[in-house]
Parts: sequence; structure tokens; C-alpha cells
Amino acid sequence: MEVTLAFVIGGLYAAGIYLMMRRSIVKLIIGLALLGHAANLLIFTIGRLVRGAPPIIDHGKTHLIGQFADPVPEALILTAIVIGFGVSAFAIVLIWRSHETVGTDDLDEMRSTDSFD
Amino acid sequence: MNILLILPILIPLLTAISSLLAWRNRSLQRVFSTTGACALFGVSLALFAVVWQDGVQASQMGNWPAPFGITMVADLFSALMVVLTGLTGLGVVVYSLAAIDPERESFGFHALMHFLLMGVCGAFLTGDIFNLYVWFEVLLISSFVLLQLGGEKAQLEGAIKYVTINLVSSALFLTAIAILYGMVGTLNMADLAVQLKSADRQEMLTTVSVLFLLAFGIKAAIFPLFFWLPASYHTPPAPVSAIFAGLLTKVGVYALVRVFTLMFVQQSEQLSRLILVAAGLTMTTGILGALVQNDFRRVLSFNLVSHIGYMIMGLGLFTPLALAGTVFYTIHDVLVKTCLFLVGGIIYRLRGTYKLSKLGGLYQARPVVAVVFLVPALSLAGVPPLSGFWGKFILIKAGLDRQAYLMVAVALVVGLLTLYSMAIVWSEAFWKRAPDDRQAEAPLLPTAQLHSRLLYFIPVGVLACLMVLIGALPEPFYDIAGRAAEQLMNPTDYVRTVLGRLP
Amino acid sequence: MSSLILSAATRYLLPLLLLLSVYLLLRGHNLPGGGFVGGLVGAAAFALHCIAHGVETSKRVLRVQPRTLIAVGLLTAALSGSLSLFAGRPFMTGIWNSDGLTILGKIGTPAVFDMGVYLVVLGVVLTIIYSLSEE
Repeated sequence: MEVTLAFVIGGLYAAGIYLMMRRSIVKLIIGLALLGHAANLLIFTIGRLVRGAPPIIDHGKTHLIGQFADPVPEALILTAIVIGFGVSAFAIVLIWRSHETVGTDDLDEMRSTDSFD
Repeated sequence: MNILLILPILIPLLTAISSLLAWRNRSLQRVFSTTGACALFGVSLALFAVVWQDGVQASQMGNWPAPFGITMVADLFSALMVVLTGLTGLGVVVYSLAAIDPERESFGFHALMHFLLMGVCGAFLTGDIFNLYVWFEVLLISSFVLLQLGGEKAQLEGAIKYVTINLVSSALFLTAIAILYGMVGTLNMADLAVQLKSADRQEMLTTVSVLFLLAFGIKAAIFPLFFWLPASYHTPPAPVSAIFAGLLTKVGVYALVRVFTLMFVQQSEQLSRLILVAAGLTMTTGILGALVQNDFRRVLSFNLVSHIGYMIMGLGLFTPLALAGTVFYTIHDVLVKTCLFLVGGIIYRLRGTYKLSKLGGLYQARPVVAVVFLVPALSLAGVPPLSGFWGKFILIKAGLDRQAYLMVAVALVVGLLTLYSMAIVWSEAFWKRAPDDRQAEAPLLPTAQLHSRLLYFIPVGVLACLMVLIGALPEPFYDIAGRAAEQLMNPTDYVRTVLGRLP
Repeated sequence: MSSLILSAATRYLLPLLLLLSVYLLLRGHNLPGGGFVGGLVGAAAFALHCIAHGVETSKRVLRVQPRTLIAVGLLTAALSGSLSLFAGRPFMTGIWNSDGLTILGKIGTPAVFDMGVYLVVLGVVLTIIYSLSEE
């Protein structure tokens, strides 16, 4: 399972970076979203995969016994997803408005702030 | 003293909430905003006084003991950065009362500004690496919205570049946190400091530390990761670019210093050469970029990049004196960069352009503006007896002690080139005759009332006076920087206060 | 966009979805659910209404501005966290009333915090949806 996930994560990073190198602004945003997902999946995988052992203490016990899933990676991923959601929503509004204003979705044509004067 | 650690976050939050609730009433928003900024500055001073008196302070959020919960920590460096945040925040808020246009104000400028301040304070005060990520995102999202507020063409183009590169940096940061958590299973920075010393795969740690260097390097705008900065910082209105220039890159510098002095101590020895090379190249490319620009704020943006190099240089040298230099230089740089961008706003208000070729005759027409430009400009270049001189002096002394002669030479040459760059701006904007005579004779700040002029000049004047003060009496500021550096070099107090014991 | 089926269905779906969102919010205290999910479902309900009846009608049904929701939500969350400061404990320490109320049972600051999150999420998502569909 870890091996499969490792390849998926690598694929996501590669796809994300590839899309960000494209000139289209929409692909740029998709690439950024993929990068975020790759990082989330990396947290998930690297936090050790345990099947069917939630970290919940049974009634009458005082601590967890045996193998259990680490709850911290899930909390981290949830936070990162929420942040990623907000950022993606903002980015979509931003590219839509800049498309309206600048009139192009080609990043190579958005050079006015980089020119010499 | 728990409450002082949380107030620098709560006050901007409550201010932002009140501004949101008073959406329709702009004058009420202005009152809230100013009051909130004053309160933040007061609280930051109190926090600094407590940390100066009693040493490192920590508070466990939700009463969960470290390393399980999130800890808020203030050592001298964090407390100092919070004071600088409070000071710049207050200055910029007062300035914006006169300088920001009503449209931006009614689209929530004040609320966003305080959300930004909350994020910056949170980043300085947190003792948890993932929480640092969260605060970074808070300040980034606020800065995204502030940057494109108003929706001019240049702003949107600049915002796309800024947003993209900062999101890449966040993804790298998250990746680094993931690997770090996978290796040692903790996120508390003090606990990480303890665990990483005995971690068995040191070569893996080098990879992680380089990831952190990249992620924070993008935020701090070091070579070769700075191209987003001169593409975006000159697009928003003056108060916004002033607070960006004054604080946001310094959050990156702070994070670099924190991570490499606390967690990756061994790695920072290994990476020292790399960091120094990056520092030298940041200084040189930045200043060479500044020399060819023809836009007041783009000149400043490139100078901003260039002078990040000095702060990174202190980190690369990694001696107590060098870190003291970094801390001192950070104080100086926050004041200077905020002040210069605010002066840029005044010039824009007077002449309606940032183009150096179209400016001119300001010295004759407006000597006060000339003076408030000259003080930070000379301080930036490191002319004695202003704050920049002492900052550069400490760093160069530290460089000589470590026999890093090439680095010292670069730092000195870049200092000279900065003077040259400022001299260009001076002669173009202030000394040469105005290209259009009608402009020179036009009444300055034509529609401005007296109180609006005061709002423009008080923050700039206070910042300029502080530079002169630091230049004339560097001793107490050097003491602060020295003690902060001592705490950074020897973080046992930090670890003991956070974990409640010394393992 | 005017579909009779959609607009007729929305009249029943909106209250049901809102009820579901509140259920998710309250259930999140010790089961899967919570403020974030609840807020998203609530926002989805209004998004559906917005698609069926247009932005203006949807805003009228909501009655308050989305940004007011954000402000109130943030205020609720901040206050629930600050309550412990008055008790002399660190920020965000959970406080419960020890006896419990009738019907409601033991109620504590974490649940209040979650309600704040619910309002913030609802407000943020609706701000985005409305500003996207307005122009």
C-alpha cells in the first residue's frame, strides 16, 4: 500500500509541477491544487498506515492498547485541506477577475509588472 | 503572563471583527482600526518588557501540555519582532487614514490589515511548526486580498505572480513538515530541537532542512527565489506595499533564523557556505536590479531584496556576533523599508507618478519631503551615524572574525552601490529640474487639509527619528540584539520553558 | 436559469439541507461531523437556492450579509476561546458547566467554538459564491 501511495504522490507532484509550467492560467491553478493534494497525501502516508484501528480509548480503559492509527496526520491534513479550499476559492476568483481585466489567460502576456519602466 | 502571549493575536482579530461588523460605517472602521493598532503596539511593548525582565515566556493553548498541544512562546527575538509589527502596523494604519481611497476602505481594507497583523504576530509567537504553517497561510490570504484590492490591471497581474509563488512555497513547507513528522513524530519546535539531535538519519535531515530553506527562502526573497517580489510589491497602494515591504519578507527571515538556530543546528553548519553564497548573490543581484529601474517603488523593491542578503549573511556566519547583527539589521530594515515606501506614497500624492524620469524639483518645492526621504535613504546605504551603519558594522565585524573576507567585500561593495542607487533616486526625483514646469509650480498636496498632511508625515517622521535615534545611541539596541542572539545560539531556556523540563 | 423542477424542489430542499447542516454541526461533538462540514452543507443549500432562484432572491432569503456571518462566527469562536482567560487558564482551554442543563446536557466552550466555525464557513463560502455569480 505504501509503495502504491508513494507512486501516486510522486505522480501528483510531477503533474502539479508540469501543469504549473504551462502558459495557461487555469492549468496553473489546477497544478497548484495538485501540489497541495500531493503534500496532503504525503502527510497521510508518512504518518504510518494502520488498518481499522481508530485511536479511541474503550470504556473502562485508561490508555490505548496495541496498534492504533496516529490521529495527528489526519488533523494536519484536515487543516491543510481547509486552508487549501480557501486559497483555491480565492485563486479562482482572482484568475477570473484578471481574465476579465487583462483579457488573456496566457501567462506570457502578463508582463507589464516585470517590464523596465 | 499567559495573557500577554495571546493578546497580540486576539487584539487584531477583535479589531478586524469590529471593522467587519461596522462595514457600512467607514469612520467607525477608522476609529476601530486606529484603536486596535494602538492597543497592539502597547501590548507588544508590555510583552517585550516581560520577556526582557523574566526571560522566555510560554503558554500552552487549551492547557494541553507540550509537546502534545500548541505552545505559544516568546523569546527576545520573537518579542522584538512583535514590537516591530506593532510599530509598523500603527504607523501604516495612521498613514492609511489619509492615504487610502474610500473605495478600498469600504471593501474592508482595515479588517484585512488587521487580519494580516494577526497572522504576522501569530507566526512570530508560535512554538509549533505546523501552527507556523497555519499562521503563514493566514497572513498570506490576507496579503493576497490586500494586494488585489481595488482590482487594477497591474495589481491583478502582480497578484497572480505573488499568489502562485507563495503557494508553491507553502506546498514545499507542508512537504517538509510531513517528512519531519514522519521521522520524529512531533511538531513542537522545542521538542523537535531535542529529538533531532539524536535522530538517526542525519542525511535525511539535510534534505528536510534544504526544503525549509527553499520554502522560507521564497518568502524571504533570497536569491534565486526573489523574482516574485519586484513583480508585485510596487502594484498596490503605498500603505499596503509599505507593510508588505516592512514585515512580510521579515517573517521569512524570522522563520529561517528560528528553524536553523533551534532545530537544524548541525545542518546550518553544513549549509553555512550555501547560505552565505545565497546571501552574497541576493545582495548583488538585488542592487544591480535596483540600478537599472526607473520606477521609484521598483528601485525600492530591488533594494529590499538586496538587503535581505545582509540578514541572511548573519545566519550564514552563525556566530553570536553575526546573529546579533542579523537581529540588529532586521530592526533597522523594518523601519527603513516601511519609511521609504511611505515616502514613495507621499511623492505619488504630490506628483501622481512613480516614474523617476517624470519626477523632479522636489527638493526645491518640498524640502520636508526631501529630508524624510534622505534620512532612510542614507540609513539604508549605511552612512554613519544612522541605524544602517551600525547594522552593517556588526555584520562586517562578524564576517572579519570568521575570516569570510569575500563575503565582507561583497557586503561593503553592495553598501556603496546602495548609496549610488539612492543617489540616483535623489538626483532624479529631488535635484533635477522638474521635466514639466507646470508640475513644479502646482500646489503640493493640493486638496489635502492640515490634518491629512499630519497623518502623512507623522508616521514617516517618527520612523525617521527612530533611525536617527538608533544611529546616535546604538548601545541599548545592540544590547537587545546581543541578548536575543545569545538566546538563539543557546536555546536551552527556550526548550526548558516550553517543555517544562530539560531532557 | 429557470427550471421548474429545480425551483420547486429547492423549496423543500433548502430547509431540509439546513436542518441536516445543523444536525452535522451538533453531532460533530463526538462523532464524525462538525462545524466545517455543517457549514459547507449549509452553504451548499444556499448555493442550490442561488442556482434555482438567482442571487438576489437567495440573498433575501439569507437576510443577513455573508460577511456579517463571518464576523459573528469569528467573534463567537474568539470569545469561546477567551472565556478560559477569565478563569485564569490558558487560551482555548475547554470549560464545561459541570451540572448540565435540562434537555441540552453538558454544554461547553468547544461546542460554541464549533458553532463559530459553522458561521465562518457558511459566510466565507457564500461570499465567494455570491461574488462569483453576481457578475
